[in-house]
This record gives sequence, structure tokens and C-alpha cells, in this order.
Amino acid sequence: MCSTCGCGTDEVKITGPESSSQAHTQHHQHSHGHHHTHSHDTETRLLQVEQDLLRKNNEYADANRRFFSRRGMFAVNLMSSPGSGKTTLLVNTIHALKTSFPVAVIEGDQQTSQDAERIRSAGVPGIQINTGKGCHLDAHMVGHALEQLSIEDNGVLFIENVGNLVCPAAFDLGEARKVVVMSVTEGEDKPLKYPDMFAVADLLLLNKIDLLPHLTFDPDRCIDFAKRVNPGIEILRLSALSGAGCDAWWAWLDSGRATARAARAAVDG
Amino acid sequence: MHEMSLSQSMLEIIQEQAAVNGFQYVNIVRLEIGALSCVEPEALEFCFDSVSRGTVAEGATLEIVRVPGRAWCWNCSHLVEVERHGDPCPDCSRFEMQTRSGSEMKIKELEVA
Repeated sequence: MCSTCGCGTDEVKITGPESSSQAHTQHHQHSHGHHHTHSHDTETRLLQVEQDLLRKNNEYADANRRFFSRRGMFAVNLMSSPGSGKTTLLVNTIHALKTSFPVAVIEGDQQTSQDAERIRSAGVPGIQINTGKGCHLDAHMVGHALEQLSIEDNGVLFIENVGNLVCPAAFDLGEARKVVVMSVTEGEDKPLKYPDMFAVADLLLLNKIDLLPHLTFDPDRCIDFAKRVNPGIEILRLSALSGAGCDAWWAWLDSGRATARAARAAVDG
Repeated sequence: MHEMSLSQSMLEIIQEQAAVNGFQYVNIVRLEIGALSCVEPEALEFCFDSVSRGTVAEGATLEIVRVPGRAWCWNCSHLVEVERHGDPCPDCSRFEMQTRSGSEMKIKELEVA
């Protein structure tokens, strides 16, 4: 059982470089341990509850946010469908930035720790969360991953969510920014087909633009669709593989990092 | 299928309420679900039915009140109702809008005994 929040052991597995397997559940079912015999002739009454279904997740997210803020960390929640090139983008971003400031990664996948191994091979700390059957990361899992992650202050933490354009949109992880990665090999109408994700994202990275000459994909049309769903969304076009457009992405990260660090300095005095 | 996680959160809230208010079973769970939230009501019902078995909420009916989405149209300078993200303003057909409400997912009240 987890000593922090009393969660039991279940499908979720969090693995760092040293830990063999530490299992946690995201489910807290506190049953009363006795059986109810229902007598349905009892008088009914109404209870006003007024509680958000995501209340628990949001409390964990706030705790994560306080952690990031104390440490001056810029936390980015990276989301996309499987195959958009998130991990390649991360590995190349790490190579470009790791000498400038601390970088660490929390990787979310249903199974395997291959992505976290790729991250660690790139020379920065990486923790894998395997969600088992789960289709998204939640703030509770991320909180546990943070306990195991050795990251220096004033850096960038990437949280690579499970490849899924639907469910991760609903769960605040405590991040400063949500980034959706979409590749030009996908349909250009994806922002309209999966609007919840594009509606919550702060930044859209349109990846694999080096392939555009071989495709019928119209980037302007895709961007128009994304702006219909979210007029305020920022957009960067890049290729993680060729490096085209990556300078702007790195500058975006550096600016977020500077803001997080300045906010911490203001609090610390 | 994030409705499974949401159903589990819902059950957790109900069980906390049961511990405080001492009821035996739940007849009705009244929910407010925004049109712009990420919830499919049918999926939520299906998942809740499954996670609530053997609990105080087993067999409870979910009554879902759909709250409309509202957005500010920058062109018309007024609030309009929207069904989905990415819908145009019903008055001017433009897309420059800012969502103001409609993403709530809330348990309003429980009918219990």
C-alpha cells in the first residue's frame, strides 16, 4: 500500500531506472466493509452534493502544481494520438536543450518501458508510468512518478501522455501548458474530429513537415480547423527528424522555463 | 474510456456522502454534464452500472441534466449557445469565440434512503 495516500496495488506501474516495480492504483474505493440489505420502503431524502467529478484529480493536480512552482519547473503535458512522433520529438529536444537547463521526462504508456529507456539513453532522468488498461495519465499517477524522479530545479519537465486524442484532454496533471502534437500524415480535419483535445491545448505542434512534398495534407486548412475549435491556440510547424522549425519550439520552452523560474524567484524573494 | 475513471470518482463521492449521512442506498444520482465536457452520457451510465455493483449505489438511476455550452462571440459581442467545440456562432457564422461555460461534470444531488 502507498504510504502517501493509502492507495492499494493494482494495474498502474511506475518504473524508474532503479525501482524494479512499484505498483499503485488510481482507484480509491473506500467501501464500508459491510453488506447493506436494502429495504426500499424507507423514506427517501435529497442530499445536495454539488461536487465536481474530477475533484480528487484536481486536488492531486494542485499538489503537483505546487511542487512544480516550489521547484521553478516548467511542466508540459504532451498529448497526441499514437504515432505522431512525440517520443522522437522529445529525444531530439532533449539533445538540443539538456546542456542549457535541466530536463526530465515522465512517460505514460499502457505497457512497456521502452520510451523511458529511450529518454534515459538521451541522458536525462526518465520515469515510466504504465497505465495497464488505462487510457490516460491522471494527476495521482504523476504525483507518484514525481516521488521517484530525480530532477534539478528550474528546468523543464515533459509529461508524455498515453497516445490518445480523447481521454487525456479531461485530466489536469498540474502542468503549466498542454501541448498537442499532430503529424501531417494524419487527417487535416483531426482538430474537428477530436475537438476536446484541441480545445484545451495551449500549443499545437504540427510535426513531420519534411514529408509535406509527398502528401496532399494542407497545413493551412488544418490550422484553420484548429483555430475554429480554439481561436487562442498557438501553432508551430516543425519536423522532429530534420530539425526544421524546431528553433521556435525550443524558444517556446525556454520562455516558459524563464517564466516558471521568475515566478519561483518572486516567491522566494 | 475515461468514463470509467469518472464513474469511479463518482462512486467515491457517493461513498463519502454515505459515510457522513448514513444512508442505505441511492435511488437517483442527479448529474450536471456540460455539452462541451468530455463525457458521453451513455458510456458514463454503462461504466457506473459496472463500478457500483455491490455498493450503496448499486442500481441507482443516473439523471443527467445536459448544461448547454456558452461562448462569447468576439464578432457579435454577446454570449451564444454552442453545441460542440468548433461550432460557428449561430448569429454571424464566424468562429472567433471564447468558451465561457459548458464543461462542467458535477454531482448535483442524491436521492437516498
